[in-house]
Amino acid sequence: MKTNRRTVLQASGAMATLVALGIVTAQQAHAAARPGFDARTLPDALRALGGAPATSNQISIVSDAIAENGAAVPVTVISRLPRTTQMFLLVERNPIPMVAGFTIPEGTEAEIQTRLRMGESSNIVAIVRADGRLFSAVKEIRVTLGGCGG
Amino acid sequence: MAGPMRIRATEEGGVTTVRVLMAHPMETGMRRGPDGSPIPAHYITNVEATHNGRTVLAGVWGPAVSQNPFLAFKFRGATKGQRVAVRWTDNRGATRSDEAVIA
Repeated sequence: MKTNRRTVLQASGAMATLVALGIVTAQQAHAAARPGFDARTLPDALRALGGAPATSNQISIVSDAIAENGAAVPVTVISRLPRTTQMFLLVERNPIPMVAGFTIPEGTEAEIQTRLRMGESSNIVAIVRADGRLFSAVKEIRVTLGGCGG
Repeated sequence: MAGPMRIRATEEGGVTTVRVLMAHPMETGMRRGPDGSPIPAHYITNVEATHNGRTVLAGVWGPAVSQNPFLAFKFRGATKGQRVAVRWTDNRGATRSDEAVIA
């Protein structure tokens, strides 16, 4: 896994010190703990996670192809990649693509089910970190009624 | 708003399946009220499930998780009669924890 300044700082708790010293803003420190949640495009979100994932057919996105209600789209993501440690869910065409990230401790199955908001028909992207590397799978979901309530 | 979570946990063949329904508006911050002024973002940012004090799932969320979030996951190492606890924290710093007995 790529070790970068941000990861090292976070691990050492130095981020809080940097905020106190005014070197890093509180917003930047917050963003470091929530990788990808500031990104407004899918490529930026992937960059925040650590780079371009390799496509994998060992990741399944289970959902209806058409969602009646974009405000609550049920999605299950399953990873059959050994040593899966994290799973991320993104909606490519949402204003902020990153929806949720999960840490999967040892003993927990790499299978998560939740409901997402989709603003419009879009690709759902599942990113898995396994053995320190990133993998992805994509599934398109069409939405008949967008879910941002605007 | 900070209503109780409904948690159901069942164990079969060594695998405990946990289903949680949380009560939270999950306001995205992108909507406007009837008078046109923006409704501020109000959503769960972190979720953690524990069993015997050990984290079995941790989640970092944005506002695109649906209102009244549903979450299901599975883990090994628990037996019937033991408990699973789920805690959420939102962007206002509010937090809620509930637990269920594994059936």
